[in-house]
Amino acid sequence: AALNDGLRSQVSAALKEGRVSPTELCQRCLALIKSTKFLNAYITVVEETALKQAEESEERYKRGQPLGILDGVPITVKDNFNTAGIETTCASNMLKGYISPYNATVVQKLLDQGAVLLGKTNLDEFAMGSGSTDGVFGPVRNPWSYSKQYKEKSVPKSHSEDEESNWVITGGSSGGSAAAVSSFTCFAALGSDTGGSTRNPAAHCGVVGLKPTYGLISRHGLIPLVNSMDVPGILTRCVDDAAVLLGSLAGHDPKDSTTIQDDFKPFELPNLTDVSKLSIGIPKEYHAPGLSSEILALWSKAADLFKNAGAKVVEVSLPHTRYSIVCYHVLCTAEVASNMARFDGLEYGHRSDMKDSTESMYAATRREGFNDVVRGRILSGNYFLLKQNYEKYFVKAQKVRRLIANDFVKVFRSGVDILLTPTTLSDAAPYTEFIQEDNRTRSAQDDILTQAANMAGLPAINVPTALSERGLPVGLQFIGRSFQEKQLLTVAKWFEKQVQFPMIQLEEVKRHDSDVFQHQKSASFS
Amino acid sequence: QKVSVEVLEHLEHLALVDFRDLEGVERLQKAIQFADQLQEVNTDGVEPMDSVLEDRWCLYLREDDVTEGNCTKELLENAREKVEEYFVAPPGNIPLPKLEERETFLQGS
Repeated sequence: AALNDGLRSQVSAALKEGRVSPTELCQRCLALIKSTKFLNAYITVVEETALKQAEESEERYKRGQPLGILDGVPITVKDNFNTAGIETTCASNMLKGYISPYNATVVQKLLDQGAVLLGKTNLDEFAMGSGSTDGVFGPVRNPWSYSKQYKEKSVPKSHSEDEESNWVITGGSSGGSAAAVSSFTCFAALGSDTGGSTRNPAAHCGVVGLKPTYGLISRHGLIPLVNSMDVPGILTRCVDDAAVLLGSLAGHDPKDSTTIQDDFKPFELPNLTDVSKLSIGIPKEYHAPGLSSEILALWSKAADLFKNAGAKVVEVSLPHTRYSIVCYHVLCTAEVASNMARFDGLEYGHRSDMKDSTESMYAATRREGFNDVVRGRILSGNYFLLKQNYEKYFVKAQKVRRLIANDFVKVFRSGVDILLTPTTLSDAAPYTEFIQEDNRTRSAQDDILTQAANMAGLPAINVPTALSERGLPVGLQFIGRSFQEKQLLTVAKWFEKQVQFPMIQLEEVKRHDSDVFQHQKSASFS
Repeated sequence: QKVSVEVLEHLEHLALVDFRDLEGVERLQKAIQFADQLQEVNTDGVEPMDSVLEDRWCLYLREDDVTEGNCTKELLENAREKVEEYFVAPPGNIPLPKLEERETFLQGS
């Protein structure tokens, strides 16, 4: 099997038939991780345990008893998910050295199905950010920065300037996971999505990023940011793979009382050929200020694609869209203020040497452990939660949240099945440019198209669509009805097939897996 | 309107994190300004929304049965200071020093 193969259709068959072994796959990925170290996508790599898991998987295949499609498949997990016996840092000094005593439910589920955990990926500190640039382990580099496609299009400013300063960000906060999937070092990765943290880096790294409906997948063991919006996110190279992952993760968890109790039935995606019964909504407010003309054109082209194929394409309105980001800002900081209160140095994590009093120890620990972004959100959140501000900000934001959620309800009730929007305002920015604005400003700008789905709890997916003029990936987003992931993914898969997004041409990958390029698609959407 | 020093100090007490510098305070000012845009929205007669799953009512109480536990050793492993089965904390009930006595950025304000 080649690193670019789909899980259900190719990898699983290859493993069952013995054409490739789990150990081989694992070793290939580990070698690639080493040669792409400059991407800084991984915080921890667990080579020994991964190889051991691969060996155990191999035994199962030899006995003809694999646990499922994921048996033997190398995966990675964002470093804000607890993984038993493995350091979980959230890219923060606060949790450096913290060894999780348990597995997050989603991690346990993957392991129970024989998946091989390669390591933990890099992120913005405590998942706060939209660049994967603000963690203590440094920024993650977008693999596309080193692609033939990007290098061909970039004009060096002076011949002494090398590609070192030209690299672009992955987006965030699940940048490490997106980069890992994009550079073929794993077949799938878990991210988290609170305001777009899975879809944003997916768009910038040219991979599929799925945000499931809130309540579908357990958050137990996912270190919380915003309890009412967080969801585990799925990053894969194709929509079919996302469906496979979804099937293995979704379902009620008694340890997370915010998961719905309905039975979840894993599904295979049909190959949709007739879209004439589909109604696609184009929310006009998503033509947001700052949207690049390139992406606007792509969005329009995508709408035409559906129209020409016979689908009904209508313009719709989500009138409260522009307040969504403000509302998110208040609710997010308020919940963060509460969630970050657990970090006091007593039971786990960093602890200051300060001994004068409990409170001074807590204060010193938190001052030493948190970066500016985290501290800023905690302080803002506490401000909005002050007695004199509670009604004006927090309760007000909760009311606006209902209005935003209702906007979506109205649109879906009017007969629209799926919404089509851009995922990001532009393609990935160079790191040097990105860091010129502060984290809060950037997040406010970059989350604008993604976070309303978190406010309303709806499922949403980024599908890589085309390359920009700079040779970088651009994705489009589909938003579906609550718990209608099958319909959402079916449409996404149809779209994916139409656009034939090109594969990244990375020197490092070519060296390790010459088969990878045999599936090169020649047609492309742009 | 700028946030008063009293409120800033109060926030540092509640949050147990400090503003550290002028930039930190300005960050808060900008955050408040940004949030003020919410006032433009008419929310008359609108109920606050706690959870998107309110219709499904999944927050339930389970039976008070002990289903897991006995993991004292694992739980203590990550603590830096412990004695037998206790987490050890410095003395409590000692309030943080007042603004004048503390070494904090806000003193200069």
